[in-house]
Amino acid sequence: MGSYETELKATELRLGLPGSDEPQEKRSCSGSVVRSSNKRSSPESSVEESRCKTNVNSDVSDITTTSDHDQDTVQPAKVQVVGWPPIRSFRKNSLQQKKVEQVDGNGMYVKVSMAGAPYLRKIDLKVYKSYPELLMALQNLFKCTFGEYSEREGYNGSEYAPTYEDKDGDWMLVGDVPWNMFVSSCKRLRIIKGSEAKGLGCL
Amino acid sequence: MQKMSYTFSFPEEVLEHVFSFIEGERDRNAISLVCKSWYEIERWCRRKVFVGNCYAVSPVMVIKRFPEVRSIALKGKPHFADFNLVPEGWGGYVCPWIAAMACAFPWLEEIRLKRMVITDDSLELIAKSFKNFKVLVLTSCEGFTTDGLAAIAANCRNLKELDLQESEVDDLSSGHWLSHFPDSYTSLVSLNISCLGNEVSLSALERLLGRCPNLQTLRLNRAVPLDRLPNLLSRCPQLVELGTGVYSTEMRPEVFSNLEAAFSGCKQLKSLSGFWDVLPSYLPAVYPICSRLTSLNLSYAIIQSSDLIKLISQCPNLLRLWVLDYIEDAGLYTLAASCKDLRELRVFPSDPFGLEPNVALTEKGLVSVSEGCPKLQSVLYFCRQMSNAALHTIARNRPNLTRFRLCIIEPRTPDYLTLDPLDSGFGAIVEHCKDLQRLSLSGLLTDRVFEYIGTYGKKLEMLSVAFAGDSDLGLHHVLSGCDNLRKLEIRDCPFGDKPLLANAAKLETMRSLWMSTCSVSYGACKRLGQKMPRLNVEVIDERGPPDSRPDNCPVEKLYIYRTIAGPRLDMPGFVWTMEDDSSLRIE
Repeated sequence: MGSYETELKATELRLGLPGSDEPQEKRSCSGSVVRSSNKRSSPESSVEESRCKTNVNSDVSDITTTSDHDQDTVQPAKVQVVGWPPIRSFRKNSLQQKKVEQVDGNGMYVKVSMAGAPYLRKIDLKVYKSYPELLMALQNLFKCTFGEYSEREGYNGSEYAPTYEDKDGDWMLVGDVPWNMFVSSCKRLRIIKGSEAKGLGCL
Repeated sequence: MQKMSYTFSFPEEVLEHVFSFIEGERDRNAISLVCKSWYEIERWCRRKVFVGNCYAVSPVMVIKRFPEVRSIALKGKPHFADFNLVPEGWGGYVCPWIAAMACAFPWLEEIRLKRMVITDDSLELIAKSFKNFKVLVLTSCEGFTTDGLAAIAANCRNLKELDLQESEVDDLSSGHWLSHFPDSYTSLVSLNISCLGNEVSLSALERLLGRCPNLQTLRLNRAVPLDRLPNLLSRCPQLVELGTGVYSTEMRPEVFSNLEAAFSGCKQLKSLSGFWDVLPSYLPAVYPICSRLTSLNLSYAIIQSSDLIKLISQCPNLLRLWVLDYIEDAGLYTLAASCKDLRELRVFPSDPFGLEPNVALTEKGLVSVSEGCPKLQSVLYFCRQMSNAALHTIARNRPNLTRFRLCIIEPRTPDYLTLDPLDSGFGAIVEHCKDLQRLSLSGLLTDRVFEYIGTYGKKLEMLSVAFAGDSDLGLHHVLSGCDNLRKLEIRDCPFGDKPLLANAAKLETMRSLWMSTCSVSYGACKRLGQKMPRLNVEVIDERGPPDSRPDNCPVEKLYIYRTIAGPRLDMPGFVWTMEDDSSLRIE
């Protein structure tokens, strides 16, 4: 029974605000973990199991997108629930920059941050076919300009420069490696001020 | 006791004439119940039929009772299909209806469908069968391609309205379907193609707009470039409602001034939507017409709060605003201060799957609007925190609310101030808002909230519940207390057999009940199906036949609806209708 409870806890939806423990206690008191298998003697599958299946089959499963690379919090990866929050597919699709097919959670959506911006943005790398397209989009999104890219000097003569965090956790200048290699290794983007960029350019 | 009898000998024509002034279907239904002769007269002169559930009645039955119908509206899938809770292939096929009506209603003028599956064949049949066809509205429908639209365009000479709201259309023809409107066709009044993925032929569109002087509504799709918009608008300056295409392009001064002039040239323009991929520097082009705007849909527009504030503060006559949560509390304070006539507010989430809030939008924005906008009736609000205090304030400020849908994004979120459940807050809503028709709940909720709803929600017609309640009592409160309940949809709640079986008769007074990931057993479904022959009790279960599991095993999903058409015959492999007593299965 003990291991079952542990399993059960693993499939629970997070309750309350990040970091607050009390609500979880409250919930177990009020018994909303109610579909306990005490009532069900079915060997086949309990509601919990089918709910687990539903979660796994979620068409918006994006379990690894944010939390693995989120340095700010230590939240566990969020298991997404089918049909929640209740937003129509049409609207969900339109939230993206362009209308593309949903990909699985392989990190195609990356966070983009910029010093001084009040909130981060997210873009789908799969939408772009080349560096110029990506850079144009970033410049539009954050109303900034990058200079001319050159292998020698990075983004010279510009206020801002695009950088990215790769699989190894290193911060790299966007543009050095072939496009496809970049797309497969980019975990998040950050637009830094020109002064910081000079540091990266001198290798 | 003396029996009084009156014999009325009004000629039928007089009664028919009187009835012709009564359009609402509820009133018409009431008329038909007065006496047999009124029933007869009424059914011959009913022109508009609304079927809220296409499986509640068969096409043959409708045709038999109302032989002279000109306008029909049908709804198919349950509402939760919008959120992918209804598996593909569940049903909602309109084909049998079109086929039957093609023979029976040659003078049919209007077809309005919601959440139904319609094929190109059906569209072609519509195009060929109804000589005076005028209105086709397909809301959240699917199953057809632009070929079907081409057939409509080519054949429906009197078409006034073609509206594809949020439908899934297979876009095959690269926009050439529009060219199928013949040059002689001039009667377009309303065109909504905002859901189409591909480009439409802009030259065909321009010509079409130019020759249709009665055009009032035009909703373009994203693929229409911004720099072509002024040209399009110049062909239809009488437009009342406009949905733009993509709202960005290279920043060029002449594009801006053309755009501004084009908007100003539309003196009747009252409603704006579209605004995909907004470049904020182009927003001021609409400033000259803001004071006339009554409806603004910015829910696809990624615009920062400061730009939204500049825009909204110039729209004092706004009745309806749909917007993303980029508006933030600050923008909602401006809304409350500027738009005193506001009736409807919808705030959608920009990052619904993010773990942390990405914008400064809290309950405070909604409270502010509830204070500042005395005519506010309808609210849809996505946010990440809420408090009982805020809900109490909103309820006391706005007892005139008729629709209140709150979605706190994280399931089971408690009052962020006290960590209590939000029972009392929602309780205040139902208690104060005596005309509340529609309610959606979220956050941490116990059986208590349902007790409030059952006690006070006497006018409630539609209730949506998710991740709430503790026990069967919750569902029982609602089913036994809400006198006017028509649609109830529930997901992930611990409600089981008892309240359903105890309130079986109630289910026949409702249009439908949806329950998914609850605790209703297969055995209870069978019993309900047996007990209530005028209900279809459909078990939706993708794990395989429910017979292969014990009777006490809960079903995945359950859809119960009243019907006079018996069990439907078009069920896919994962749907089982529970048989009534007349056809018990033998083990």
